[in-house]
Amino acid sequence: MTAETIIQSLASGLLMGLLYGLIAVGLALIFGLMDVVNFAHGEFLMIAMYVTFFLFTFFAIDPLLAAPLAAAALFVLGAVVYLVVVRFAMRAKANVGMVQIFATFGLAIVMRGLAQLFFTADYRSVPQSWLGGKTVSIAGIFLPQPQLFGALVAIAAFGGLYLFINRTDFGRALEATREDPGAVALVGIDKNRVFALGWGLGGALVGLAGAIMASFFYIYPDVGASFALIAYVTVALGGFGSVFGAFAGGIIVGLVEATTALVLPPSLKSVGIYAVYLLVVFIRPRGLFGSM
Amino acid sequence: MLSVHEVTTAYQGLVAISAVSIEVAKGEIVCVAGANGAGKSTLLKSIAGAERPRSGTVTFDGKRLDGMAQHHITATGIAYVPENRRLFPRLSVRDNLRLGSYLYRSEANREEPLDLVFTLFPRLSERLEQRAETLSGGEQQMLAIGRALMTRPRLLMLDEPSQGIMPKLVDEIFQAVNRIRDAGMTVLIVEQRMAECLEIADRAYILQTGRVLMQGPAAEIRGNPDVRKAYLGL
Repeated sequence: MTAETIIQSLASGLLMGLLYGLIAVGLALIFGLMDVVNFAHGEFLMIAMYVTFFLFTFFAIDPLLAAPLAAAALFVLGAVVYLVVVRFAMRAKANVGMVQIFATFGLAIVMRGLAQLFFTADYRSVPQSWLGGKTVSIAGIFLPQPQLFGALVAIAAFGGLYLFINRTDFGRALEATREDPGAVALVGIDKNRVFALGWGLGGALVGLAGAIMASFFYIYPDVGASFALIAYVTVALGGFGSVFGAFAGGIIVGLVEATTALVLPPSLKSVGIYAVYLLVVFIRPRGLFGSM
Repeated sequence: MLSVHEVTTAYQGLVAISAVSIEVAKGEIVCVAGANGAGKSTLLKSIAGAERPRSGTVTFDGKRLDGMAQHHITATGIAYVPENRRLFPRLSVRDNLRLGSYLYRSEANREEPLDLVFTLFPRLSERLEQRAETLSGGEQQMLAIGRALMTRPRLLMLDEPSQGIMPKLVDEIFQAVNRIRDAGMTVLIVEQRMAECLEIADRAYILQTGRVLMQGPAAEIRGNPDVRKAYLGL
């Protein structure tokens, strides 16, 4: 194994890791805001990929341009899911935690079923795009352009999210609601509105990720499942509810996956991720950047 | 200004206040006093929308409040400081105050009440970057009142502002209530410390086991022999 192979792998791992972070951050955001785990997160990703696919197929819109549209669509989906499903699940008189789990898990199954019904189980792909198949070479390392673009979008999205949470009034309202949802009405804030916008924002972020992934992954109704699993690991690794943790967790997952692929057969490339995950759960159950 | 008419509120079947009626006129300081469990906090919650009355009406400047969502009631000009203050503990003093003016868009409207808040509680201006949870009990109460003032209320409702605070600061807070009234606001205050409360109030109500036992000008209630014996320990 040469040094170049290692650097090449780590570079690809880093790009993929940033994308993992982008996939996971919506999950972390929603959990941090209201202690709800969205078990339909992978299905949000799947829908975003289909949105991108159909925009390409019917309107010849390149995934690059489709990204903001997919984000907008998923913003609406996220807000609607909160208002129509989660809001009622949270009103359960007993066992609220379980009710929330089953509500979002049930939603995941419904979304997958509907996708199979309307989109069929066929594997789809965006056959050609502006960046598809192209690579860029930096100091002898070849980076696929769609992944590179995805990584840049991920960094921009994290930067934007950071500014949004720390510099805007709505970001402050989000933090306040996260601290004490029962107290925000004292200053005239409607917590349901904040929750709905939080779900919208979480959806929009996974929407961006889905649009990017549509240009280099197959699109099918179950596609969300494996990525969602990685997203849960990413979020648990970084610290549940921590937005920065999702960013760092994503990078770690990407690098570990790439490293594992170097030393183990490709079919075992996920082993490393779950091994690191187990290790973190044992040693530091709140995750690397989680606060209790 | 505020009219509570025969309000009954119950928790899981247990009646906490029963057909309570009170009136608060513009510019007054009204004290609602009574022992623990008399229903004082429930009364404020029922006005603020934190609890929904089972029956009765709450009217504020002609607008019906009962049944309205709590955040809408805040927007009508009622600021409510609950017993446990409900600050945002891990946000800074500055952010807590800033959130108080969330409903206002223009920067001038948002900043305007700050002068009053810092005049009343100068020590808040020295602690702007500190997290709310690091403040002492008295300072937290000041911040809670400050945050409420940032909503630019016409009516300020305080639930046991003296609770868990050292005596010196209690005086400071009652002083502040007087000055808040001088600044043009109306104050409805609920207290167990009846003596201090009656001293600053114009009128008072005494609640006992969920009912209004007595009402009248504060001076009169202070002079009532039964009250002196039962509540003031004189």
